[in-house]
Amino acid sequence: MKFRDILNSEEFVITAEVGPPKGTDVHEMLHAADLLKGRVSAVNVTDNQSSVMRLSSLAACHLLKERGLDPIFQLTCRDRNRLALQSDLLGAAALGIENVLALAGDHPVVGDHPSSKAVFDLDSVQLLKVIHLLNSGKDMSGNELVGPTNFCPGATVTPGAIPLEPQLLKFEKKVKAGAIFFQTQAVYDLEKFREFMDYARQFRVKILAGILLLKSAGMARYLNKKVPGIFVPKNLIDELEKASDSSQKGIEIAARQIQELQEICDGAHIMAIGAEEKVPKILDAAEL
Amino acid sequence: MIVTKQKPLEEILNFLKDHEAIFLIGCRLCAAMYDTGGLPQVKEMGEKLKAQGKTVTGFSAIAALCHGKNVEKELSERAREVDAAQSILVLACGEGVQVVSEISAKPVYPALDTLFLGGITENRFEEHCSLCGECILNLTGGICPVTRCAKGILNGPCGGVNEGKCEVGNGRECAWVLIHDRLKSQGKLDNIKDIFDPKDFSKALHPHYLSGEGDK
Repeated sequence: MKFRDILNSEEFVITAEVGPPKGTDVHEMLHAADLLKGRVSAVNVTDNQSSVMRLSSLAACHLLKERGLDPIFQLTCRDRNRLALQSDLLGAAALGIENVLALAGDHPVVGDHPSSKAVFDLDSVQLLKVIHLLNSGKDMSGNELVGPTNFCPGATVTPGAIPLEPQLLKFEKKVKAGAIFFQTQAVYDLEKFREFMDYARQFRVKILAGILLLKSAGMARYLNKKVPGIFVPKNLIDELEKASDSSQKGIEIAARQIQELQEICDGAHIMAIGAEEKVPKILDAAEL
Repeated sequence: MIVTKQKPLEEILNFLKDHEAIFLIGCRLCAAMYDTGGLPQVKEMGEKLKAQGKTVTGFSAIAALCHGKNVEKELSERAREVDAAQSILVLACGEGVQVVSEISAKPVYPALDTLFLGGITENRFEEHCSLCGECILNLTGGICPVTRCAKGILNGPCGGVNEGKCEVGNGRECAWVLIHDRLKSQGKLDNIKDIFDPKDFSKALHPHYLSGEGDK
């Protein structure tokens, strides 16, 4: 079943992600994709993640599609103006890519080309509206398309954002702009996430909770300190600290959280960041 | 006001290396306010150039270098000093440099880097307006997201906001958190609940002009 059809079903959806390489050698990425094939409903392909220049997400999506996976094309507003965004979307549609995740994108100054010009001609909310327009057969200037797109649009939300209220206001705009599914920033504090879901349930959208695989207590502390909207509770850090094999413990924690999330939301989005071989292990442990 | 910063002396000496005789001109408006190109800074620059073996044929600072008529008058009154110079060093914003360059046939060089249109808040220069040609401050609680959000996005904070701070760092505040808080305190959050359309960048088409009749 395709990702978009699974979204419409009652099934708990699992997605994962791969990052394209810095260079043209795609063997590792395709190997990661092979490990995920058949175990996840769709695979996100990151778009110059963290503003670090890599092989294009569109090309990588095409390669995954050829390999029999259902890619989610991550598209940021950082590097493209409205001509390029629409043009890449038409290109993606022509290549049979059906899912798009609309993102603002990190600012270039945080990445490996800090002197580049930041575009941000549109923002993620406006991009979602553009996807809706292209689906209806028109471009942003009202011109008719020779063949419309048929995308399943998604967006992101940070349930643990501080402050939360402006983030929720934006979430509601994304819903209004046509997002069908949301993949969240990594969540570890499931009680807090439950509160977010109680609020989000008023909207007819599917929420996939972000699961960022923890590899050590040090990584957890780093996330708490450096990554906006991520909070790893102390009990999880203690658990990792005490474990003889913290990497295995990380897999256990992820699996346990996915099991709990099945009662809370519509799916889980697993971010293994270069350790995709662990995703099947997480899913085995979660009995999925 | 236009906020400027003096270039390093080495950079200035480098582009003046083939010129022995220099005329210096500064601006008594913005550049004087920020102590980068007022009369004292022009004098000081003259001394530095002399110490490097240059001849300063004359120096001046007027209000304001962006005003063509004033510049024309000053350069013609100082014609002897200007004529004796091989080039003119301008201690003003990029506008001032170009007005001088339009009026004089001499090579004209910038002594300052022009940073932004800004104001002074507690001894700190801050950029609040980027001259975008389409003001929406009426809706955003008097806080400009186009300028004060590093991404200039129009529909709320991005995922990079961390406890009210912007991901680009240096203590920058998230404009969208500021806007949200301000509008909330005014009971006007409805102002930003609708989706803002993409900006019309044709309204900020460079180079701008505005004729006497006011059309653009």
